[in-house]
Amino acid sequence: MIALVDYGAGNLTSVRKALSAIGAAVWTPSVAGELGRAHGIIVPGVGHFDATRAITEEWRTAIRTMIGDGVPLLGICVGLQWLFEGSEEAPVIAGLSVFNGSCFHLRTPGPQTQDARPLKVPHVGWNSITSPRPSRLMHGVKDRSQVYFTHSYAAPVVEDTAAVAEYGVPFSAAVERANVSAVQFHPEKSGEVGLRILRNWTSGI
Amino acid sequence: MVSKRIIACLDVRDGKVVKGVNFEGLRDAGDPAALARRYNLEGIDEIVILDVTATIESRQARANTIAAVAREIFLPLAVGGGIRSEEDAAAAIEAGADKVSLNTAALSNPTLITTLARKYGSQAVIVAIDARAGRARLQSRRYDVYARSGQLETTRDALEWAREATDRGAGEILLTSIDRDGTKAGFDCDLTAAVSDAVNIPVIASGGAGTFEHFAEVFGPGHADAALAASIFHFNERSVSELKRFLAERHIPVRVSHAGHGAGGNIETCE
Repeated sequence: MIALVDYGAGNLTSVRKALSAIGAAVWTPSVAGELGRAHGIIVPGVGHFDATRAITEEWRTAIRTMIGDGVPLLGICVGLQWLFEGSEEAPVIAGLSVFNGSCFHLRTPGPQTQDARPLKVPHVGWNSITSPRPSRLMHGVKDRSQVYFTHSYAAPVVEDTAAVAEYGVPFSAAVERANVSAVQFHPEKSGEVGLRILRNWTSGI
Repeated sequence: MVSKRIIACLDVRDGKVVKGVNFEGLRDAGDPAALARRYNLEGIDEIVILDVTATIESRQARANTIAAVAREIFLPLAVGGGIRSEEDAAAAIEAGADKVSLNTAALSNPTLITTLARKYGSQAVIVAIDARAGRARLQSRRYDVYARSGQLETTRDALEWAREATDRGAGEILLTSIDRDGTKAGFDCDLTAAVSDAVNIPVIASGGAGTFEHFAEVFGPGHADAALAASIFHFNERSVSELKRFLAERHIPVRVSHAGHGAGGNIETCE
């Protein structure tokens, strides 16, 4: 059973639907204590980093324990950002610091389009990803495959980056270290490529 | 580089697609779910359901249509038409919509944009603007905004309204040219470029798609981030995959689709 952590950040319908399409059983634990029986954990999220405030210390401890026990975890969108140290979007809130670095606003580095019009933020739409190294998550996904993004903040490219995308600047489209994986894009909205990535993750459970 | 999106619009009334539909091989040509499945296979990037049902019971009917379409596709799904309140938006999102599109309701109650953006995130809130070139009597205004499906002229200027909607939390603008809608005479590139340059959020151009060249124009001089069409796709003569090949040949970035096979192409077969 996969635990889908509901901390009130947007809707979980799409993630549930995609997981059920690939044959994965999902439930939404109502208290942190229930996490112990999960074979896999998904931290989803659309919207504001501030929403991760609702993941209380009790939940953080439970999630850390499960990670320590080797249970596979997948962060999606804000769920990825939360696994870093923090975000410019809500500087007072600490991430889980599984991955090094802090998330930045896509406009912070001052990117421009080729014809010098300012780059639009949020970054919405299909963009291509490339994998700098092999990973379980990206197994069989060709470089330059396109996936669906919708976000204004992004995580830097780090040692654990499993896929890179570029929007003015390069950023982490996917990260993976041991049993912890995360994607900035929405695999549940990325057609067959997205379903493939979800299958790659659930096959390790 | 982020791709230019091709979006198919399903105009739905009482659970059936109402604009001309002439697909071969569909058991029920007016079935939104069957049409969505077809578009998905052809490589569409996103689907908008525009529900023009005008009954009191429409919320449940709309939810049924959304759920039926959402079952068929793993792509972004937006829903517009009749989203007048927080409850309407909640019902649409609960049924499987990723985004809701506000038009008349946003004009009469602009705070709804902010309420929904706070609750679901800006990425879930599209503000739809129906506009046409301003009449001579108010020369300072370039483009007038219309409400109620283009029936009611408002006092708003399209560029100002687009900026205000952005400030209030909209994540995208769906811009329809009333003059071009249904004409197949091409998108209004002047209008689209003016609005697209006025805001820092993506603009979806709508109204007037008749040929593949029209898409190239609206992505080029029109500065559109996405283009929406209905009838050009509903009639089987031009497919989404053909359109994407056409645009790719002109160096317009599009998501490469693999005609006829949703599961092909991008993925190596290693099972």
